[in-house]
Amino acid sequence: MIERIIIAGSGGQGVMLLGKVIAEAAMRQGNYVTYLPAYGPEVRGGTSHCMVTISDQEVGSPYIAKADALIILNNPSLERFKGKVKNNGLLILNSSLAKSDNISKVKILQFPFTDIAIKLGNVKVANMVALGSYLAVKKIIQTKNMIEVFKFMAPAGNARILEINEMALAEGERLAHG
Amino acid sequence: MPKNKILVSGNEAIAQGALQAGCSFYAGYPITPQNEIIAYMAKHMEQAGGAFIQAESELAAINMVYGGSAAGARSMTSSSSPGVSLMQEGISYIAGSQLPAVIVNIMRGGPGLGNIAPTQSDYFQATRGGGHGDYHLIVLAPGSVQEAYDLTQTSFELADKYRIPVMILGDGILGQMMEPVQLSSKKIAANTIKNWALTGCLGRKPNITKSFYLREGALEEFNLKLQKSYELIRKKEERYEGLFLADAKVILVAYGTMARIAKSAIMQLRSQGKKVGLIRPITLWPFPQAPLNVKNKKLKYLVVEMSYGQMLEDVKLAVGGRNKIEFLGRSGGGVPSEEAMIGKIKKLL
Repeated sequence: MIERIIIAGSGGQGVMLLGKVIAEAAMRQGNYVTYLPAYGPEVRGGTSHCMVTISDQEVGSPYIAKADALIILNNPSLERFKGKVKNNGLLILNSSLAKSDNISKVKILQFPFTDIAIKLGNVKVANMVALGSYLAVKKIIQTKNMIEVFKFMAPAGNARILEINEMALAEGERLAHG
Repeated sequence: MPKNKILVSGNEAIAQGALQAGCSFYAGYPITPQNEIIAYMAKHMEQAGGAFIQAESELAAINMVYGGSAAGARSMTSSSSPGVSLMQEGISYIAGSQLPAVIVNIMRGGPGLGNIAPTQSDYFQATRGGGHGDYHLIVLAPGSVQEAYDLTQTSFELADKYRIPVMILGDGILGQMMEPVQLSSKKIAANTIKNWALTGCLGRKPNITKSFYLREGALEEFNLKLQKSYELIRKKEERYEGLFLADAKVILVAYGTMARIAKSAIMQLRSQGKKVGLIRPITLWPFPQAPLNVKNKKLKYLVVEMSYGQMLEDVKLAVGGRNKIEFLGRSGGGVPSEEAMIGKIKKLL
């Protein structure tokens, strides 16, 4: 098994955090994993991305030329990375901020993650709604392991942050299951 | 959840490895892409019982390390290419004073101020000494975050053992990427007896630390002593990883991040039945001679670097004209791809 994921969005949308929680959960499940962030002068409003490779064998290249899955949170990122997914790969798209016109040969799963996050009470959890949808489709990371990672990473003593992230994850999964 | 396993960046792994190895003095000056090292040291050194200084410049940092080491502390600095260039005078003095020290270079694009993209274009500087004089550093090139953690600990031991500055040479990708690391449970005691250290001479003969030899013949004498030590290091410390060397027809030679990408290319080619192997030098100085000294004249090599052919020269020296050597390299932010390697190898097979 090898799963190569590229995650991209605007600086500030929690793209790096999304990659990190996936990598942390994969490690806890006993997988080999590599997380490679773009570390250039990324700014709020521009594009920011990271690459996560999960495998049951040692990972060679941390760099991903063609991904099995793209998680895209805004339109500039879609433009930049739409050519980086394999034929019949998966595209998880934030339809609040990106349009999927002119994309073919890819399985597209799109929901308005940003709008959903606002309804849940915090725009910042759009990334975790997208993560929920990804987990529901790919089933490489178990939800309970992801929630353990949330508990590990969330600032201590702020139960509300943990709660809204779990809600966001569940909502993303529910949408993907239809 | 495995015990003591953490997801961590290469930079942080280096800092954690240093503290685990009993590093008790760090001085540095911030520069991308290695800032996580100095940030980690700033946060944790005091708790570890050592001293942290954010110096006013790289020149100051390396000379503080010179002083820390002379006083007997396991001392370290870290920087990236332009910063390491600034440190060369101090590194030459440390080598000339036969002092142990660990210097980390997480390389970025050059020449000049360059950019912050990953590169391997400081290979010449690292392996040829870098500053003035007839000296070498031991140069270690980790290929994973785990190895960055492990080799940082090794670097302190080698530095003390041979009284030599050791360089950890990585690139921006290695510094920034995160991978699981199995932390070692036992702390390495800095137990080398440093009877040469400047620790206060009450009741004993004073120790002298210097790199200045004016008496006729004295400097040559000292250089011969250094050369003897280098010869011993060459004999004992060459390290490399070999993959599929027994039946390979083409062998890739790559280090650090490039070796990781090479491994992906090799696994892909092996799954198609192609006989390809890998030599990954772990010590860049001393450069591993043994795996390249083979009798099979039909064997071909492909050297891959994020530079325009620096390690290539050491491969050529080791191969000694016996075998065909091809080169693939990019620099200034370009990273040779798996596909480009596969294309080159298929032509050689």
